[in-house]
Amino acid sequence: MGWLVFAIIAWAGGWWLNHLLAHRPKTRATRLAVPVIFGVTILVIWEAVVHGLEISPILLPPPSQIAVTFAAKTDILWEDFVQTVIKGALTGYVMGCGAAFLIAVAIDRFPFLQRGLLPVGNFVAALPIIGMAPILVMWFGFDWHSKAAVVVVMVFFPMLVNTVQGLQDTDAMQRDLMRTYAAGYWKTLLKLRLPAAMPFIFNGLKIGSTLALIGAIVAEFFGSPIKGMGFRISTSVGQLALDLVWAEIAVAAMAGSAFYGGIALLEKATTFWHPSQRGRT
Amino acid sequence: MRSIVPILTVVSTLFVIWYAAAIGLNAPWAYNKAERAGVELNFAALVSDTWSQDKPKLPAPHQVGIEIWETTVEMVLDGRGFSKRSLIYHSWVTFSATALGFLLGTGLGIALAIGIVYNRTMDMSVMPWVIASQTIPILAIAPMIIVVLNAVGISGLLPKAMISMYLSFFPVVVGMVKGLRSPGPMQLDQMRTWSATPAQTFWRLRLPSSMPYLFTSLKIGMAASLVGAIVGELPTGAVAGLGARLLAGSYYGQTIQIWSALIMAATLAAVLVGLIGVLQRITLKRMGMA
Repeated sequence: MGWLVFAIIAWAGGWWLNHLLAHRPKTRATRLAVPVIFGVTILVIWEAVVHGLEISPILLPPPSQIAVTFAAKTDILWEDFVQTVIKGALTGYVMGCGAAFLIAVAIDRFPFLQRGLLPVGNFVAALPIIGMAPILVMWFGFDWHSKAAVVVVMVFFPMLVNTVQGLQDTDAMQRDLMRTYAAGYWKTLLKLRLPAAMPFIFNGLKIGSTLALIGAIVAEFFGSPIKGMGFRISTSVGQLALDLVWAEIAVAAMAGSAFYGGIALLEKATTFWHPSQRGRT
Repeated sequence: MRSIVPILTVVSTLFVIWYAAAIGLNAPWAYNKAERAGVELNFAALVSDTWSQDKPKLPAPHQVGIEIWETTVEMVLDGRGFSKRSLIYHSWVTFSATALGFLLGTGLGIALAIGIVYNRTMDMSVMPWVIASQTIPILAIAPMIIVVLNAVGISGLLPKAMISMYLSFFPVVVGMVKGLRSPGPMQLDQMRTWSATPAQTFWRLRLPSSMPYLFTSLKIGMAASLVGAIVGELPTGAVAGLGARLLAGSYYGQTIQIWSALIMAATLAAVLVGLIGVLQRITLKRMGMA
């Protein structure tokens, strides 16, 4: 009972603090503090409710236990991280986005291909591509190569569609100006159209970053060597070792956020001139 | 209409590549068989063999087409349209989870968006977490959610729908926050000069002007919730649903079955997203927005 009361107090306290902070003028500190307080409050409530209602740790382990497992099993977690994120997701991401970018630049020269490929690409981007995973695992074997292949297929179309759209984002005036400067195709591409396409390209990269992790992890459900985050999650669920599962999830969340955040930072550095970036401090 | 010819060209090119790839990928097995039988393969025999293997590495499009025909239309003609071997049955299982998850996700998404737009505290504390929640590969948690909910006694449709919900609420939140904030200060001031209550401002101004945003996010949410339902079916031990068909196919090397399940899933996605598109056109037309 005491734990439950504590949970309610924690909720009220966290909310009151955030309410106070949110109604003060926005600064960088409050913008950071408010979500952090919210997150910590959720964790405290989680801990308190698990103890208060005496939920079995097999069903929902408290955060403290997850943290202990995390600290104790860092070697396993690191091995899985390397296998899934570095080898599977990152390799596939670089290959898929690179290929999509090059092909987008290539088809940009042919309006015929553009008109044909854009609707098809848009259609394919909405399909449940993750279903390709069992086929690709069959083709490329159980190791990380097949995971990278799944990631390539998943990130390819969002990236392609975004890049093609971005390359069209210059208007006739700007292109005419380049022509009055006697700039050829390549010069126009490098100095005008690629920079103008950057916001779109980064949009594609961001969508791809979350898809890459999902693809690499889910592909491991269809067969993998005895390491990897997807493998660990599915086998640990079978053993009811849910604390290890949650630790893997924490790793995945951190990797995903870091991946996304890294691309967002890169975007800020590259497209500082764009209206969506200029307004912020 | 101008783009029909290019689209058809691209699609038929894809089919040509598919057929060619089927020859290339299935050739080793065809040669292997021919060698053991002691016959020499000429090109025509090779092609016809690679396009008609039982468990090919890559089935040719017509093989997948025949498999789909046999497991849907023919089953219906036999009066076994809902038997467990029928793809219609599996599509229905997946569809029901998708639809429930999509409805729950849309409801949650709209509720969160209203909260975020009207409450400053919620805006600052919840919004970053909504974005962060999507960098967590939720699909990785799918097996755990299913197993845990099963242990508590909730099984069947709901666990899968929960995964679909988690995937589909995000685009709705983001789109609706944008949409509910889309009326400019001028329009909001106009409402104030009419001394409209907050509820009236919401129902007469904010909600109608958010509709175009809502439908765009619904399309993304629908595609996402189908993916969620399919992945949610993987760890349930391959009982029913398109995801289960994928898993069973990959266990037994039934590539044709995998491909037909995949094509069914793609068709389902296309139909559902297209349905929302139609709904969007009708609604926006009646509202005078399109």
